[in-house]
Amino acid sequence: MPYQSTVRGERFAFADLRELLAKANEEKSGDELAEIAAASQRERVAAKRALAEVTLAEILANPVIDPDNDEVSRLIVDSHDAAAFAELANLTVGEFREWLLDDATDEAKLHDVRWAITPEMAAAAAKLMSNKDLVLVAAKIRNVTRLRNTLGQRCVLAIRLQPNHPADDLGGILLSAVDGLLYGTGDAVIGVNPAIESVDTVASILHALDRLIGVSGAPTQHCCLAHITTQLAALERGAPIDLLFQSVAGTEAANASFGISLATLREGRERVLEHHQRRDVAWVGQNVMYFETGQGSALSADAHQGVDQLTCEARAYAVARAFDPLLVNTVVGFIGPEYLLDERQITRAGLEDHFMGKLLGLPMGCDVCYTNHAAADQNSVENLLVLLTAAGCNYFMGVPCGDDVMLSYQSTSYHDGAAMRKLFGLSPAPEFLAWLEQRGIFADGQLSLAEPASHPLLGQLESVLADSSAN
Amino acid sequence: MSKKSSINRDAPLPAVAAKALAALRARTPARLVVGRAGPSYRTATQLELREDHAAAVDAVQTEMDLVRDFGQELVDACELFEVRTLAESKAEYLKRPQLGRQFGPEAQAAIREQCPGNVDLQIAIGDGLSAAAVATGVPALLPLVIDGAQQHGWSVGRTFAIRYCRVGILNEIGELLAPRVVVLLVGERPGLVTAESLSAYMAFRPRRGHTDAERNLISNIHARGIPPQRAAERILALAAQMMQAETSGVAIKEQLPGQAIGKQAPRIS
Repeated sequence: MPYQSTVRGERFAFADLRELLAKANEEKSGDELAEIAAASQRERVAAKRALAEVTLAEILANPVIDPDNDEVSRLIVDSHDAAAFAELANLTVGEFREWLLDDATDEAKLHDVRWAITPEMAAAAAKLMSNKDLVLVAAKIRNVTRLRNTLGQRCVLAIRLQPNHPADDLGGILLSAVDGLLYGTGDAVIGVNPAIESVDTVASILHALDRLIGVSGAPTQHCCLAHITTQLAALERGAPIDLLFQSVAGTEAANASFGISLATLREGRERVLEHHQRRDVAWVGQNVMYFETGQGSALSADAHQGVDQLTCEARAYAVARAFDPLLVNTVVGFIGPEYLLDERQITRAGLEDHFMGKLLGLPMGCDVCYTNHAAADQNSVENLLVLLTAAGCNYFMGVPCGDDVMLSYQSTSYHDGAAMRKLFGLSPAPEFLAWLEQRGIFADGQLSLAEPASHPLLGQLESVLADSSAN
Repeated sequence: MSKKSSINRDAPLPAVAAKALAALRARTPARLVVGRAGPSYRTATQLELREDHAAAVDAVQTEMDLVRDFGQELVDACELFEVRTLAESKAEYLKRPQLGRQFGPEAQAAIREQCPGNVDLQIAIGDGLSAAAVATGVPALLPLVIDGAQQHGWSVGRTFAIRYCRVGILNEIGELLAPRVVVLLVGERPGLVTAESLSAYMAFRPRRGHTDAERNLISNIHARGIPPQRAAERILALAAQMMQAETSGVAIKEQLPGQAIGKQAPRIS
């Protein structure tokens, strides 16, 4: 159906919902790269005005990608909660934005309608919202998940420890991890991106992390962020898997370019759940999946099918929420300036992604980051970090001094996590906090360790390492 | 990693832990046990990070300059000349990668005029995302590759440098000159640990429509990675394999030692 609107006497027309959504997006270099962006600021506003008049029922009835050709579209249709949708169906996107912001729309209400809201509706609302709106609505919502500890409660800020090493050296990885634990990070997960995608490497990293958790007693989970098939092959060979990781995107074709389908994820999850029953671990929940996403990933695989990168990202969350993940984070500045040009676009995308993920029911975290060829720096990271903490983001990354020595990009640091907790009065996951206090790293809920270099945990490293290399 | 770290190296440590810590620190370039000022960095850490970021950003933004970067002698000896892709500025190059994969008519004419076609090995130098990597890596590497190729008895084309270059330009070079193997020496996206990482992307008879699946890559050519002599040996061995198999890419054995999935370092293709 064609859409139109007039801005200052100039009439703009949009052929279909997909075009309207794309042109209503805030400025993103990726949409320009895909040649689907608004050609002028006036056209952008015209698209926003036209989008504001579209009802949610109309969005539901007009999938941006045909469900006959795309399993993500089918998933969205099949998992839609028609009963809860009744009260939203006739709202226009403009009214939906106001409903989301309304003080009467509280956390319980938003929780009840999460499966009535499709990714395209969440994306449409984001396109009409300011940065502050995105923070305000997201801050209402807490999505709590559990595996070896409990994450996402109000007043909790978790940190993923990311102790990567350019050659997967276990000593280097474990020292980075212990250093992070001594800042109170690692409650979200201790998650290593392997440099070498081999079953042996992944298995040895998993064994080492498992031993570190065993020896230290830290109530947290580990993960080695290899391809899902590599992790499962490691599991097959006896490696312990806490969290099964995979990058996901918002179209079937983009997921295929990652070498996965919904069936791959479903089978993997079932295998890990079964594996957990056989392990002697005091699990406190069954959220066993970890997903990463990011605007531009579908386009970079040439699999966006004319859909803008914000809407594609929202659809990736439909994939994620089908598998009850413990953690989901957008990797917001990683992809490079051809998708998110500069600090302004990265900031916007981070806030959009977090808002949409929370609205769709996800335990949303964020890798607030940038590469050195984007117009951004550590101040950009710190700005978005503060904004997302205000928005109630579940977790951030903890990378030594924010410098990932394997992936060559800059993210947030152990220090940054400590700073946000202090600034906003937030705590680590409760089970993890109890451990930190018991180990003398925290006192009275605060980071208190003054001399990490002399903490006994460092002394225990040698035994972990000896066991790991013997393995 | 930096020379002057801020950490509490003076703090008394149990002997065993101190020894273990020192041994482990030597195993990773990560910035560990750096201490803190409240919940933030010590000043020394803060300034080290700024310094390393400055070097990385400068590496991206600096324009390649043949004489300054390679020296007059090498420019003369190899008869190096320069062409530009369709990107007209660094900013445009960063924002629109597809422009860095194509030549305009002027560059095409210059290459056709100055380079012999149908050679066994054609080498090109691309600034990519780090002019510093090219300036640091090419002067040692290029003569080794050219000499080695001649020792193999291969005909070697005239090397040229490409400003605002992406890896996909390999296809254009293949279309213009029809060499058997093309080697593109190109600067990778700089990190804070090094801003000087050079890569060699290689393809057998590249032509329009080829993707990374038809290419091979030797990456991490820099002071703390693969040294020039070793890089040259690998480039020549790979070229010989390609010529023998008459193909390149996934069918050829020397491949990436494995790529990180998840956050996958996007290369500059």
